Amino acid sequence: MTEQEAKIRIVNLNMSIGNKPILKNINLEIPSNKLTVILGPSGCGKTTLLKCLNRLTDLYPDATVDGNIFIGDEDILHTKKNVNDIRKRMGLLSQRPYPLPMNIYKNVSYGLRISGRRKKKFLDKRVEHYLRMVNLWEEVEDRLREPATSLSIGQQQRLCLARGLAVDPEIILADEPTSALDPISSEAIEKKFAELKSRYTIILVTHILRQARRIADNVVFMYLGEIIEQGSAEQFFNDPREEKTKQFIKGAFN
Amino acid sequence: MKAEERFFRIFMFLSTLLIAVALLLLIASILVKGLPAISWEMISQTPKGGYYFGKEGGILNAILGSLYLSLGATFLAFIVGLPVALFMNIHLINRKKLVNSIRFFLDLLWGVPSIVYGAFGFTLMIYLGLRTSLLAGIITVTLFIIPIMVRGMDEVLKTVTRGLYESAMSLGSTKSETAYFIFFRQCIPGIITAILLSFGRAIGDAASVLFTTGYTDYLPTSLSQPTATLPLSIFFQLSSPIDEVKVRAYASAVVLTVIVLTISILSRYFTKRFHQHKISD
Repeated sequence: MTEQEAKIRIVNLNMSIGNKPILKNINLEIPSNKLTVILGPSGCGKTTLLKCLNRLTDLYPDATVDGNIFIGDEDILHTKKNVNDIRKRMGLLSQRPYPLPMNIYKNVSYGLRISGRRKKKFLDKRVEHYLRMVNLWEEVEDRLREPATSLSIGQQQRLCLARGLAVDPEIILADEPTSALDPISSEAIEKKFAELKSRYTIILVTHILRQARRIADNVVFMYLGEIIEQGSAEQFFNDPREEKTKQFIKGAFN
Repeated sequence: MKAEERFFRIFMFLSTLLIAVALLLLIASILVKGLPAISWEMISQTPKGGYYFGKEGGILNAILGSLYLSLGATFLAFIVGLPVALFMNIHLINRKKLVNSIRFFLDLLWGVPSIVYGAFGFTLMIYLGLRTSLLAGIITVTLFIIPIMVRGMDEVLKTVTRGLYESAMSLGSTKSETAYFIFFRQCIPGIITAILLSFGRAIGDAASVLFTTGYTDYLPTSLSQPTATLPLSIFFQLSSPIDEVKVRAYASAVVLTVIVLTISILSRYFTKRFHQHKISD
């Protein structure tokens, strides 16, 4: 992983809620334009790590985050920049889709509108562009003014992806994005990620081993708040170094 | 069926029946007594000279007065209450203890009898140099319904799922954008219910307007004039010894009920349009 340019560099990251440590001394480099999978059993801190990256951890009471997270040269944990601007550099796809309480068109254009882009022609173009990007345009083009909740859950998840992409992020954070979806919708999302990684740095959290095998370029294996092993997918699956990793790959945790 | 199950079923059925019968009796009694006295004259005219002795005239003064008063107070309470409720649920999301103590005090205020608000409003009027007037009434009733408004909206806002909040924040929204664009829209049906509840309390309360709004037989034309209200109109007519006047009290009660009912049905109709955006947990 070291030969490539690291997009995100995490240095000595510790995170705790109250006195309970959630993440312990995380050191990690995430290469740009690759799909990095964070793998691990439930409750190992994968989601928390993701939330540290876009500083959603700011929104939790009693949460303390120590260490540094560099995106490029900027330490986003200690920057003077507005946290909303940091979040706009990353699109988040959560475990289940949370469409905003508005119509399909407004869902996709929301991020642009809160950034002050209000020209209808511009928004029309962008909405179509991003809906096409997630292969949703054909399905919704004549019902853009209908509520987003009228879509199926798989469509909603793709809509949420389009909504996240529309703020023009460099990074996509995906937190078990297929866990609420049927197999066909899951496959659609996975395929999309495979396409998108040439343009974005993607970090996908999952506990599904097979999903990691299918799409990962790099794998980070976490257990109980610590990183056990990280490396290229090939090396990780074929020749794991750590004992815990071997057990996990054999299915000992599931 | 188990005996326990049977007992609770019967118990629930009887309780429901009791409530339904009480409500039907209440409505029936005002309809039976009031409907014969209702006429176009009654709702389109102000009281004439001998109105309170059973002569001609109507209660248009009280109908308009009550509408102005409660619409004004509901509007003001909404303007003040919405930011408070949003602030409690979005900006103070990490200050659980603070928010819970705010809730506690609002609940206390909700429980304060309206006559106390009337007395407080009266003191406030003296301090501000206001006479009994529509404005003084609107201020008092606004204070009286703000806790209802805030807590009503608060109860729906706190049901918004954490995931939606985080989704909105991760798109780079500020907390205020999340509040007004996401939480507000998501909760429109519940917010309308809170407004309705407050309006119902505002239009139906007599004690808070007794000292502050006063009473007059003229139509309300200015914020600084005393203004008639339906609850007081009912009170005055009902305390009359003359039967024709007493019957008109029931007729006035019918008018009050119809106003509340109409607004309730209208708002429910408009609420439906927003229900479609609601995502469940």
